[in-house]
Amino acid sequence: MIRMLIPLGVFLALLGLLIAGLKTSEERKLVQSPLIGKPLPQFSLPGLYDANSVTGRTDLLGEPFILNVWGSWCWACRVEHPFVERLGREAPIELVGFNWKDEREDALAWIDQFGDAWDRHLVDYEGKVAIDLGVYGAPETFLVDHEGIIRHKHIGPIDANVFQDLMRRAMQLKAETES
Amino acid sequence: MKRGVQGSGFRVQGWLRVALAPLLAFWLAAGAVASAIEPYEFESELQRQRFKALAEELRCTVCQNQSLADSDAPLAQDLRGEVFRMLQDNRSDQEIRNFMVERYGDYVLYRPPLAAHTLLLWGGPIVLLLIGLVAAVIVIRKRRSAL
Repeated sequence: MIRMLIPLGVFLALLGLLIAGLKTSEERKLVQSPLIGKPLPQFSLPGLYDANSVTGRTDLLGEPFILNVWGSWCWACRVEHPFVERLGREAPIELVGFNWKDEREDALAWIDQFGDAWDRHLVDYEGKVAIDLGVYGAPETFLVDHEGIIRHKHIGPIDANVFQDLMRRAMQLKAETES
Repeated sequence: MKRGVQGSGFRVQGWLRVALAPLLAFWLAAGAVASAIEPYEFESELQRQRFKALAEELRCTVCQNQSLADSDAPLAQDLRGEVFRMLQDNRSDQEIRNFMVERYGDYVLYRPPLAAHTLLLWGGPIVLLLIGLVAAVIVIRKRRSAL
């Protein structure tokens, strides 16, 4: 009798394994960035309003900041924009916009329409710095500490929960810098 | 009437078809390989082969189950550009793979490396085969002794 139950047991174990696999399949779509805990790569990028201005890695260091990757072509960036604006207003650290593979006129028109949420702008037209950052889709949001170490990355649009999480982490970084 | 036209057409084109068949086959094959790949100027045939092999074993992270070679996504184009640039810089295949893994993690590799967390992945089939063999041996022995 017990021997007859073995195939059933195997079947149930397999079923359990598959159900567990289903749950993680959503998470598996997200590429965990290997850059967390690593220094922000070197870069030198123009601004958005002033194409001749140049911002490099060292210009951003000293204070922690949020780096928000967006593009006017990116539909989900519109979805998250109200939360990005809130981050710009409420977060205790600087919010840097990283305009990715976008046309300058399109980006400026987008900001005219939806509002400029960011304290500072970087423009990566060719997408080379984005590759160094391991960016694979907009929107993406990084948290970088005052020493230039990437501490956190969120992939996909910011919603109410993610906003709370980012706020908490931003306050932690701020406190860390001050201590 | 219609039949006659078709018939004569066939007769005239008979030899032409034979002549064109390899050309057509070549064109289709070339199209299949080069569908998503930009016309890069390679220094050598070897470099072209290496580019193709790398683009096929690196995953396009924005696409569902496509390699860099398969994808028309803008990011895949950029990454192919990076692979090409690194080939021009005489970087090794391993250096190029490492470049991608440093930025996008093991996920970009279609052939995951053998490591502690991938042991089950690589060893799993062998373990299952062993379990099957042991089970088979036990069953066969039992049947023999029952005879």
